Amino acid sequence: MSMFLPAYPQPDARGRFGRFGGRYVPETLIPALDELEEAYLDAKRDPEFLNELERLLREFVGRPSPLYLAQRLTEHAGGAKIYLKREDLNHTGAHKINNCLAQALLAVRMGKRRVIAETGAGQHGVASATAAALLGLECIVYMGAEDIRRQALNVFRMKLLGAEVREVTSGTATLKDATNEAIRDWVTNVRDTFYILGSVVGPHPYPAMVRDFQAVIGEEVKVQLEAVEGRPAPDAVVACVGGGSNAIGIFAPYAYLPEEERPRLIGTEAAGEGVESGKHAASVAGGRIGVLHGSMMYLLNDDEGQIVAAHSVSAGLDYPGIGPEHCHYSETGVAEYVPVTDAQALEALQLLTRLEGIIPALESAHAIYHAVQLAPELGPDGIIVVNLSGRGDKDVAEVMRLLEQERDAGLLDRDPEQLIAEVLA
Amino acid sequence: MTATLTRGAERLHAAFAGAKAENRAAFIPFMTGGFPSAAGFPAVADALLAHADILEVGIPYSDPLGDGPTIQRASEQALAGGTSTRRTLALIRDLRARHGTPIVVMTYVNPIYAVGPREFMRLAQEAGVDGLILPDLPPDQDLEIADLAAEHGLAVTFLIAPTSTPERVKLVAEACTGFLYAVSVTGVTGTREGSALSEVPAMLVLARQHARVPVAVGFGVKDAATARQVASVADGVVVGSAFIHAVRDGQDVGALAAEIAAGCGR
Ligand SMILES: Cc1ncc(COP(=O)(O)O)c(C=O)c1O
Repeated sequence: MSMFLPAYPQPDARGRFGRFGGRYVPETLIPALDELEEAYLDAKRDPEFLNELERLLREFVGRPSPLYLAQRLTEHAGGAKIYLKREDLNHTGAHKINNCLAQALLAVRMGKRRVIAETGAGQHGVASATAAALLGLECIVYMGAEDIRRQALNVFRMKLLGAEVREVTSGTATLKDATNEAIRDWVTNVRDTFYILGSVVGPHPYPAMVRDFQAVIGEEVKVQLEAVEGRPAPDAVVACVGGGSNAIGIFAPYAYLPEEERPRLIGTEAAGEGVESGKHAASVAGGRIGVLHGSMMYLLNDDEGQIVAAHSVSAGLDYPGIGPEHCHYSETGVAEYVPVTDAQALEALQLLTRLEGIIPALESAHAIYHAVQLAPELGPDGIIVVNLSGRGDKDVAEVMRLLEQERDAGLLDRDPEQLIAEVLA
Repeated sequence: MTATLTRGAERLHAAFAGAKAENRAAFIPFMTGGFPSAAGFPAVADALLAHADILEVGIPYSDPLGDGPTIQRASEQALAGGTSTRRTLALIRDLRARHGTPIVVMTYVNPIYAVGPREFMRLAQEAGVDGLILPDLPPDQDLEIADLAAEHGLAVTFLIAPTSTPERVKLVAEACTGFLYAVSVTGVTGTREGSALSEVPAMLVLARQHARVPVAVGFGVKDAATARQVASVADGVVVGSAFIHAVRDGQDVGALAAEIAAGCGR
């Protein structure tokens, strides 16, 4: 199958998905965004670029990733068949690598030897550092101090790969501030630096470009599901949403189908300690329209426009906004966004681990939780595809800490060591 | 663009004309609203206003991605002290009672959207604000904001940078009704080592081809010497981070303002 990059009807020429998106950035960056857009459109039509990307995705990343029928999880949930799209099996452990390799190739094509990236969970940072190592680029990754603590393993991986990790202590010291810092770097070094943005956020053309690079996920599902079930579309697609790139990647190939052919598209937002608690990262459920990192979107911000700190057990979802295309899907009913709490995600992580022998990333566990809830509703004839966006290796230390906390609070009937031992057995 | 000037634009243009008549560039100091505290801000603003042709007040914002660490930290401190969007406008209203000098507000767009563009403009007008500087709003992103500002008598200022193409300079320059703000460097706000103003003259040649308003230069101007360099080519000189440093270090802000204001002479 030769590579192509899809052409979707959105955004419009000004980078808008309905009223969302746009380019709210310092004027310094506008020419760079124009240049990027042009380079991207040009690369998209160039067979040489597409062939190289296709080769790397196949040989280096390990694509196509399997579509796996989770039999024991399906039995447990008691309803629709649950398939997992195994992005966790990608090289570096998450969907992030699809986009990073593509953007790094674009950087090379544009003659930029210095790349910068922001990261929350560290997966995008690791993927950027990996692509940079592969292509011989200088790489600087901005990461919040809080996330550096939570994701020490990924910090080490980035350094091992030759990247420089810059700690960000301003604001909430998480992904949002790492993104601010990356943008400031870009404003300063825009002439020779390529910004590898990690999700479907930021100023146009990033949300569209990252979507196109991640749409390989959904395109593969269509082919794989056709082969095993005789139809390209399941009844529902579930994916977790931080900025929203893994979700857009699996939604987009279905999102522009006529309504009657379109599966239910469901994004799970990180509800942290509950949307009512105020400690969450659910931008659709608990935010309102605003501007952050260059685009208009649903955003956690107060009535004076100050960004409110997001909270999630998973660093990758700990972001106060959500990509503009998701906002448009939400407003027009193309997709639904449901909140899933920290506790529910932690429960789902253990469930998938014990039933299927797959430790999912805490991010992906949010999607697993909702799929299990949804299965009975759809019934045994139904099919759900869950995007398993990443593996949980990076999270096991944090999960152990959380389970110990639960045990100490008397909330857990089993010892965490026992659980870890079982998984490793 | 309408031919009639708004009240704010008239006042700003008069301030530039007044400086020019004295063979100076207009001196435009910047201070973050509510810095170092809501209680301490008025005295700092008074000290700056004693020498300013125009005062620029920044609305403290949680995510100021066009700012360097100095103004970013000043914003964090002001926010921690309880100053934000409405409070900054109230602080300006109080200044207005004592000073006739034009005052412009620098704000990221999100505070405008959160308060509501119409309500924001109403509050700004009521506070006696003359114009808005919008660092993350390229003029072609939201045409309604400029119209709403005009409806409320406010002038608008957009920015160009050394990276701006001739087409962008034209578009931005034509959208400005107060003055055009030329960013001296490719980068964020903050004082810099050495002189980083080498790109300014070429940028100004381009700007003057299209701007029907005065052109001010800012970012990285930190003392009388750099002010003098800029004043020789620009209509106005904006100085920000140097004053935040001065407040932080307990320096005499009024004396520094006097010194830099003198540097704006030609
Ligand atoms: C495994 C995994 N899933 C999901 C995300 C969230 O990103 P997005 O919402 O862009 O898919 C991350 C981010 O780090 C991640 O590592």
